[in-house]
Amino acid sequence: MSSLGLLSWPGFIPDWIQRSRFHPWLMGLILIASLLAIPVFCILLSVFLDSGDVWQHLYETVLVSYILNSLALVSGVGFLVLSLGIIPAWLVTMYKFPGRKILSWALLLPMAIPAYIIAYTYTGMLDVAGPLQIMLREFFAWEYGDYWFPEVRSLGGAIFMLALVLYPYVYLLSRAAFIEQSLCVLEVSRTLGCGPFRSFYKVAIPLARPAIIAGLSLVMMETLADYGTVQYFGVATFTTGIFRTWFGLGSSVAAAQLAVVLLMLIMLVVILEAWSRQQARYHHTSNRYSKLIRKPLRGVPGSIATIACVLPVAFGFVIPAVQLFIWARQTWSDVIDKEFFALIGHSVELAAIASVTAVLLTLFIAYGKRLFSNPLTSFIVRFLGMGYAIPGTVIAVGVLIPFAWLDNSVDAWMRLHMGVSTGLLFSGTIFALIFAYLVRFLPVSLNAVDAGLSKVRPSMDEAGRSMGLNAGNILRKIHVPMLKGSILTAALLVFVDVLKELPATLILRPFNFNTLAIRTYELANEERLAEAASPALAIVLVGIIPVIILSRSISRSRTGHD
Amino acid sequence: MTNTLELRDVSVAIEERPIINSLSFSLEKGEIACLLGPSGCGKTTLLRTIAGFERPTTGEVWLESRLVSDEHIMVPVEDRKVGMVFQDYALFPHLNVKDNIAFGLQQMNSNERKARVEEMAELLEVSSFLNDYPHRLSGGQQQRVALARAIATRPNVLLLDEPFASLDIELREQIAKEMRTVLKANGVTAILVSHNQMEAFAMADTIGVMRDGALLQWDNAFTLYHRPVCTYVADFVGDGVFLPGKVINSTNVETELGIINGGQSHGFAFDDEVIVLIRPDDIIHDDSSGMQAKVQDKAFRGAEFLYTLALESGLQVLTLVPSHHNHALDESIGIRLEIDHLVVFPAQ
Repeated sequence: MSSLGLLSWPGFIPDWIQRSRFHPWLMGLILIASLLAIPVFCILLSVFLDSGDVWQHLYETVLVSYILNSLALVSGVGFLVLSLGIIPAWLVTMYKFPGRKILSWALLLPMAIPAYIIAYTYTGMLDVAGPLQIMLREFFAWEYGDYWFPEVRSLGGAIFMLALVLYPYVYLLSRAAFIEQSLCVLEVSRTLGCGPFRSFYKVAIPLARPAIIAGLSLVMMETLADYGTVQYFGVATFTTGIFRTWFGLGSSVAAAQLAVVLLMLIMLVVILEAWSRQQARYHHTSNRYSKLIRKPLRGVPGSIATIACVLPVAFGFVIPAVQLFIWARQTWSDVIDKEFFALIGHSVELAAIASVTAVLLTLFIAYGKRLFSNPLTSFIVRFLGMGYAIPGTVIAVGVLIPFAWLDNSVDAWMRLHMGVSTGLLFSGTIFALIFAYLVRFLPVSLNAVDAGLSKVRPSMDEAGRSMGLNAGNILRKIHVPMLKGSILTAALLVFVDVLKELPATLILRPFNFNTLAIRTYELANEERLAEAASPALAIVLVGIIPVIILSRSISRSRTGHD
Repeated sequence: MTNTLELRDVSVAIEERPIINSLSFSLEKGEIACLLGPSGCGKTTLLRTIAGFERPTTGEVWLESRLVSDEHIMVPVEDRKVGMVFQDYALFPHLNVKDNIAFGLQQMNSNERKARVEEMAELLEVSSFLNDYPHRLSGGQQQRVALARAIATRPNVLLLDEPFASLDIELREQIAKEMRTVLKANGVTAILVSHNQMEAFAMADTIGVMRDGALLQWDNAFTLYHRPVCTYVADFVGDGVFLPGKVINSTNVETELGIINGGQSHGFAFDDEVIVLIRPDDIIHDDSSGMQAKVQDKAFRGAEFLYTLALESGLQVLTLVPSHHNHALDESIGIRLEIDHLVVFPAQ
């Protein structure tokens, strides 16, 4: 047990409890982890259940297409995000060109748009009645059917949509890796006879490879988890399949079994990510960084660099955001009414409850890990961290199954003994929703707070103690001021993630309980894309907050380089 | 004999700020030179200009009788055949030792490449860890790999940027000597950048002392020490003090320590006010001497003491004395002068 921890001081907690295996704090950690593990556990258990002939039916009809579509989606998106992410990352790190400073953070903006919203927007812009095709027809005097136009609502379209909003993961991580590389390594390669391009792919890319793969695996997880885009585009994948099996075929067991297959795919990606992070430790080139002097690019090369960085921002953020704004202006007099404010109210309510709960749990967990640094606590933290990899659809199914069972059992017991029917106590309530959000988004706040807490080094506690502060004073005068920022960041990140979340909310929400995300989804599915713009725009605007947090923390941590 | 490397009036500016001012020197094949100077004097910039990472604003750089840099011409780094060893060695962390050494040998076929890697590994004694990755190596091992990688390509000139700065201080001189042996045995022309004169003395045939982007003196170690061209070089290289004096005739100067005869003309006129460089080895401790000085400070150096002595006027001189002469502070001891090289500068 750590003797450095704040609460391990004599007197604060009796020594025998301190050394006991059943310390209440440890028990609490185990309890939280077990509760949050229930959904995945239930999903995995479904393997042993019999789903009757539904599984056989799925196997014979759609399973292969789910697998093929998911693989095509993952590889297509993966390929696109590599070029969309790495090239701008390299350019803004190594060169000076017009607009570099703004572009270096603007490249993160597409993160603010959920994939389903960009999908609705481009569909509205590019379909037969959309502005682009109308313009083409007027300009060339074509009639409908005279010309070929790519269909956005297709597998290819889904690949482009997802890549446009997910490339920032690769951009972010590869840029961090490029900045960390010692410039000397590239220069050595030049003196050994490699030109700039050869040096890029023989030295810079291999060195950044672990970071690039880590970014790529995050993109793959998000792609596999996507529901909104593939549902709207009619691409049959696991997430839509789980939905259809549950609500269409009415088989919760078969839906859970599909989820198991999806989880296995995601497990592969998680392993890939863990492995690449392991590798990254050995790829540090130097502790001695010379100041990066960016090479100026002028004239044609400068313009090409600017264009290469502007394109992802334009297609991933500016164009869809402007289109949303135009639609919102056309329709908001109809859309913004009492009902719209109720949507905002519901969204904020859910997001606020989830973020406050997440932060409180996170503080409990993070301090638990600090006080009892042993294999069990670090396993619990790592285990909880994996929640982010689990698609919302899967979590929703995993929450619904045990809660429904609980409701039925309570109801049966009450009817038997009290003669009253309790109906749905847990499922179909906000409680179930919040629980699902915690499983998925607790890792987000855990990361943020853990990073902050690790900056409060144990020696600072000891220094405070040596100056006569007691435990309460140390918390108040050292920990709270140092952690404030990370706690706020954690709360904001969870807030925004919950606000954007679609599939879990869709499945678990109470009857007729609408949020901004749900309303956007419903309007889009009724082909009322222009009306969907107002709630969508609200989500995008809120989504910009984490982008600002992110770019600020980057520029602060790399003051030596920027 | 043609020069392997020649710089003619090279000036360099980085982001409009002048770093190197009209600097010239040349190196013969197999010669090892050291650019010596405090940090910020431009020595690393000069090295990078030779490598081709910086472009001179004026002047020319010639490598093997080929003009590689001037205001208009800029041969790319990769076409210059220069080897470079960086301060942090800059080994490729994703490649093992063998592949690091082979990195520059793309043009060779695989048999030649293998033979060359083995030859280098043997030369620099890295054969036992050829398959290890850089993060597993000690600083000294990394440095030998970096050197092997740089000279495997048989570069026209090898550039070493503070190659000993990352090593333990005790190791530096010994490794510098070993490196010199390797380079000399293979006829490698090399330029080393350092702020440490001991490294320079151990490695280089010729040393260039730099200050503020200018080359003050380009000579061997002995000449730098005994015949510095200016007070800056005299001060930067070795210990010593300046004693004020007056010129008596074309060879003699009178100082508080008496009349010093340099044996050759010092070039100053009668009655000129001058200062004379007195090295610690110019003053001999001699109990029988009538000239006395008081011990003000002493530093134990193992075999000898470096005493700081105060003359009657209060002026200080230094002397190296075998360490069995252990004198107390404030004790007066006998000294005499034994000056082989009279170094005179105008009084400031």
